[in-house]
Amino acid sequence: MHRIYALREVREENARTRTLVCDGPLEARPGQFVMVWLPGVGEKPFSVAGDDPMALMVVGVGPVTHAINALKVGDRLWVRGPLGQGYELEGERLMLVAGGYGVAPLRFLAEQALRRGMCVEACVGARSAADLLLCSDLAALGVRLCLATEDGSAGERGLVTALLTRRLAAWKPDLVCACGPVPMLEAVERLCAQQGVACQLSWEAEMRCGQGVCGSCECRRPGWLACVDGPVTVG
Amino acid sequence: MPDLTCSLLGLTLHNPIVLASGILGTSAALLERVAQAGAGAVTAKSCGPAPRTGHPNPITIEWGHGLINAVGLTNPGAPVEAPLLAEARALLQPLGVPLIASIFGGTPREYGEVARTIATARPALIEVNISCPNVADEFGTPFAADAVAAAEVTAAVVANAGGIPVSVKLAPNVPDIVRIARAVGAASASALTAINTMPGMVIDPYAGRPVLSNRSGGLSGPAIKPIALRCVAQLAAEQDLPVIGTGGVLTGIDAAEMLMAGATAVGVGTAVWYRGPEALGQIVAELDEFMAAEGYTSLAELRGLALR
Repeated sequence: MHRIYALREVREENARTRTLVCDGPLEARPGQFVMVWLPGVGEKPFSVAGDDPMALMVVGVGPVTHAINALKVGDRLWVRGPLGQGYELEGERLMLVAGGYGVAPLRFLAEQALRRGMCVEACVGARSAADLLLCSDLAALGVRLCLATEDGSAGERGLVTALLTRRLAAWKPDLVCACGPVPMLEAVERLCAQQGVACQLSWEAEMRCGQGVCGSCECRRPGWLACVDGPVTVG
Repeated sequence: MPDLTCSLLGLTLHNPIVLASGILGTSAALLERVAQAGAGAVTAKSCGPAPRTGHPNPITIEWGHGLINAVGLTNPGAPVEAPLLAEARALLQPLGVPLIASIFGGTPREYGEVARTIATARPALIEVNISCPNVADEFGTPFAADAVAAAEVTAAVVANAGGIPVSVKLAPNVPDIVRIARAVGAASASALTAINTMPGMVIDPYAGRPVLSNRSGGLSGPAIKPIALRCVAQLAAEQDLPVIGTGGVLTGIDAAEMLMAGATAVGVGTAVWYRGPEALGQIVAELDEFMAAEGYTSLAELRGLALR
């Protein structure tokens, strides 16, 4: 069944990205996702970007996301979830790693980690300064930020994984939680394995039923379903 | 300890619980996963003559008493499916879990062609989906509603199945399911799978429209269990083919009821939505527990009990 929310606030993050803040809570853990239905338009998965009130970060990439991003305060959206496995916080030092839009669930995760008294640092990477999202939010929470952009327009020039390599050695986090493109996640997994640091990674896949029935989101390894076994892998 | 061993068309299943078509049967690894979770046999997702992406989202929703779905027969087409099934069969063989293929088509001739392609993978059984409710626009009225058409499809599949036994999956929404069953039996089907989902519609009153992109879909889960039990009981009482009783089985107790209605084996699908990929093993354990507690020692004691 869907739960219907109205939008309480729409925040413009960049030219094609908005944070939609809903008018009620959702009992969800960071890393879990919801299926959002816009009647007559379609249904897509989004990671939960906030639980109380429920928030989503939506990037306009196709007809459904453009229609969702055209919603105004007071408009309704239909939500099913939360679904899947989220991040599981452990230890004292948490390193967040975000690539591009992968930052969506990590502000929510940072909030929970800080509430637990963890020390939180974030390596955030994007194509250019305009694509860096939620950085001021993270800084305002008290997260130490390290930035990398491919064109060097903010932070250091290069990939976020280069930053991470140095920070892993210097800061020695207990846990790395990452969300972003697959090549970035694979690199993070490798780096963490080399350094012996626990890592939890959020993988993206095509979601249809969202509840372990249709098989559309099988990825990473044979038989693994992003919707019920993930999207976050703990290991 | 009750003996859950199940004989179906000369096959010996560790237990009578069979993964129904359309649930997690999209890859060899997922079929293996369900087998490892404890299924007695597994059915692959239906495959047709050509690739289909299926319907756009939303394709399924839980509506309070079960699911409604209109996935739209998403499949890679028989030429791609056949090697996938061969791979699945190789993975399942050491587990002793038979593979059931599922096929559909638009005409008896297409059914026959798909059967011929799929038979190369040597599944233990070919299930013929003549009753998918979700593709009416492209495939017309399902063959399941017409005894003559159902028999034609069955004959075309049997003729191309290379000796592999054929089970025909029947629809619940027909005036006389036994009539259809006898017709496909006369066309040399070896078994029946009953029932497919029940056509339905779920409307969201706040949206003022059906939830599924396909507007209507197939109902499954708890809502259809009494419908399935009645169909299976009729089939068991009035014709001779073994029945894979399917519809609304979420627990081992539900499975016992299906056996008591006369089913030879029990299909399980929607339980995976409610209980996860481990559902089939849990249902087997619950059936075992029920039988032990009630003093049943074999499936034969349960089978058709409610008909006597």
